[in-house]
Amino acid sequence: MRHLLDFEGWTEDDVRAIFETARAMKEVLARPIKTVPTLKGRTVATVFFEPSTRTKTSFELAAKRLSADVVSFSGQASSLKKGESYQDTLKTLAAYGVDAFVIRADAAGVPHQATRWVDAAILNAGDGWRAHPSQALLDAFTLEEAIGPLRGKKIAIVGDILHSRVARSNAELLAILGAEVWFAGPPPLLPRHPFFGARVTARLEEALKDADAVMALRIQRERISGGLLASEEDYRAGYQITEDRLALAAPGAPLLHPGPMNRDVEIEGTLADGPRSLVLAQVANGQAIRMAILYHLLVGGGS
Amino acid sequence: MRFKARVLEAPDIGRALRRMAHEILEATKGVDDLALVGIHTRGIPLARRLAGLIERFEGKAPAFGQLDITLYRDDLTEVKRAPVVRQTLVPFDVAGKRIVLVDDVIFTGRTARAALDALSDLGRPARVYLAVLVDRGHRELPICPDFVGKNLPTSKKEVVKVKLSETDGEDAVELWERS
Amino acid sequence: MSVLIRGATLVDARGVHGVADVLVQNGRIASLGGGEAGRVVEARGMLLLPGFLDLHAHLRTPGEEQKESLETGLRAAAAGGFTAVVMMPNTRPPLDRPEAVRGVLRRAAGVRGARALAAAALTKGQGGAELAELRLLANAGAVLFTDDGRTNEDAGVLAAGLRYAAGLGRPVAVHAEDAGLRGGGVVHDCPLTVALGLPGNPAEAESARVARDLEVLRMTGGHIHFQHLSTKSAVRLVAGAKKKGRRVTAEATPHHLTLTVDALKGLDPLYKVAPPLREEVDREALIEALAEGVVDVVATDHAPHTLAEKAADFLRAPFGIPSLEVAFPLLFTELVEKRGFPLVRLVEALTDGPRLVLGMAPLHLEEGAAANLVLVDPGRRQAVDPARFFSKARYSPWAGWELVGWPVLTLVEGEVVLDRLG
Repeated sequence: MRHLLDFEGWTEDDVRAIFETARAMKEVLARPIKTVPTLKGRTVATVFFEPSTRTKTSFELAAKRLSADVVSFSGQASSLKKGESYQDTLKTLAAYGVDAFVIRADAAGVPHQATRWVDAAILNAGDGWRAHPSQALLDAFTLEEAIGPLRGKKIAIVGDILHSRVARSNAELLAILGAEVWFAGPPPLLPRHPFFGARVTARLEEALKDADAVMALRIQRERISGGLLASEEDYRAGYQITEDRLALAAPGAPLLHPGPMNRDVEIEGTLADGPRSLVLAQVANGQAIRMAILYHLLVGGGS
Repeated sequence: MRFKARVLEAPDIGRALRRMAHEILEATKGVDDLALVGIHTRGIPLARRLAGLIERFEGKAPAFGQLDITLYRDDLTEVKRAPVVRQTLVPFDVAGKRIVLVDDVIFTGRTARAALDALSDLGRPARVYLAVLVDRGHRELPICPDFVGKNLPTSKKEVVKVKLSETDGEDAVELWERS
Repeated sequence: MSVLIRGATLVDARGVHGVADVLVQNGRIASLGGGEAGRVVEARGMLLLPGFLDLHAHLRTPGEEQKESLETGLRAAAAGGFTAVVMMPNTRPPLDRPEAVRGVLRRAAGVRGARALAAAALTKGQGGAELAELRLLANAGAVLFTDDGRTNEDAGVLAAGLRYAAGLGRPVAVHAEDAGLRGGGVVHDCPLTVALGLPGNPAEAESARVARDLEVLRMTGGHIHFQHLSTKSAVRLVAGAKKKGRRVTAEATPHHLTLTVDALKGLDPLYKVAPPLREEVDREALIEALAEGVVDVVATDHAPHTLAEKAADFLRAPFGIPSLEVAFPLLFTELVEKRGFPLVRLVEALTDGPRLVLGMAPLHLEEGAAANLVLVDPGRRQAVDPARFFSKARYSPWAGWELVGWPVLTLVEGEVVLDRLG
């Protein structure tokens, strides 16, 4: 594996290899000493052109747990526009001898472009609406821990599908694992064309019915200012995951959210903190998955 | 690879393990605070057999664990593909224990070095021993096993294959040569 | 200076005329039967065509000369076989004042390259709200009016502009996209681009606007010219309006005729253009429409930017593909050579097609005609190498494509402005 941009060309075996490594990494994280020397002498750069404390922290900690050196850059693409370009930023960092770039950007494709600019492993930490592969891997990993192998399982993903990289990457990965993905949300926030084989519906009940797991996505406030959503109340009325609505799903079906959550918007508050919520497991698994990804990207490729 | 010879048959392996179990008990003077930790892959069934023998001799089982040393290898930049990382399972507190690391073959000593590093990340044992079924020489590090089933002088071109019924369907040690 | 072009096959919008020895003297074709000349060009196996006219090029002057200048743009045009280029008015400031039009034409007149023609803004500041001084702009030399780069959202203003322009004998060229339907779209809206996570610009943004504008035209009369058509549905609407006898013309670009949305898989902003690259059915429809004359003109929409600007991300990189230098070999190779598209029709779409849009007389290869000529070599196979472009935009979606039919000699009124024979 040279880069992780999305799941194009991936097989189920590739996913299983990451999961197996992630299980070993979880064991490391359960130790009193949570560091292994695996990536000693390697350098990982986190380059975030869009702010995200959670993902950045998760990746940096993952790299440090594997004893890699970490350099980090944060800057808004809007300020880049005036002077330094993406290319300048990455090439400057590459001059420090960076082995892997973890890149987050608000525009689709920046990690792809980076593969043409620098000679290092590129790890997509989220690019615009396009892809967020590490999130999808940790979601599927967490789901399998909770409900077993995903082949044939129905997974409902609810909310702003159109603008969501999490929805795209999850649909792409869950298809590889043989799950049946249903998207539900307000029509202006649904894609006009389906992708990665997912079913699309404006009727929440249809997506939730007998679902083996339910994932709610974050609603961005800018969808309201942008006129695609009338108000939070309007969203809640149709698409909030509540106790009553979750009762349509399979008994005990777990609930996921990639975070950060708007409390009482996407999910009823009591549910979010309840026993069916996997939100904290997602965060914990995030570190193990990211360690596994770094391991697979940076180990190997030698002669 | 070319087959050269069968060095140990199943009964030889059984006898060697029984002797090693006795030697371990002699050195550790009992099962208290004793733990056997097998190194993936064939160290694990060997450690399990040694633990079984010790239990038979003493009427009490030592603690048992398994160790994967992949994350501690010093050649990870040179390998072609990322090796599979397997489960490390040490379900007891390492601190203060007398631990016997068990592996099938000792060669350069790098695996033992990695295992020592991995073990020390789990806690601070009172004493660490090393038990191997075959010592084939050619050490690259100042490491010497405490308990050896069979000393087997080899050339660097030769390959020692340990087969165990748990992993390979039969017990044997074979000598092969790289072409 | 006189030139004798010997042994080339003559092709113009009327047809293929066979081999002749063309003598150029005093800026005109003096003879098709040879003669004495200061320079003799052996052109056996080559094609001699009337110089091309590009109805749609962005030469970025004044104000954005870091992207293109009159010198680089007009030389690039000559290198592509164009002997005249209509410069779009979305400059900084826009060409919405007569003195601005005169200024840029005066500066262009000093350049050895293709001849520059000016399009002027239809509305002040291309703001779409108030008509510009169309009569004064026409007097200053504007050959058409357009708010290209912007979309004419206010149909009332467009109606007034069409009526005014009709009185001046000038067409109004429109970039037909409904701004609301387009939204923030940067690529064609289809399953591929939804999966790519890029905001989509639906085909209907174009066809809905073409439909509206045709209704406006029905009301006002005048001449509307649709720029860079990209969709099958818009082509159908234009065909229907033409059947009803409306004064409608349309153009298609080299990129819409040779590329599709599939090119976006690598998420390279090099392919970011407005209107966006569409689907194969749209491309097929455009080629068919070009063959049938529903699309009258091939125009480049040459839209250069700096490489740094194109190296931004897909959302922030500017729209535009530069193509002046590759347009002919590209279409000759991809359409004529590979799929038997009629050469005469391609030549017409680059010569008399655009001339008729501007109300100019046809330009044919006959004695007495102005010597705006291009000699192309169908035997010269060469890969597109942007590093050798005259244009400042030294990148290309077609980089590395092996093409034939490269221009080797371009004459503007008898003067050699491109010479690749030496």
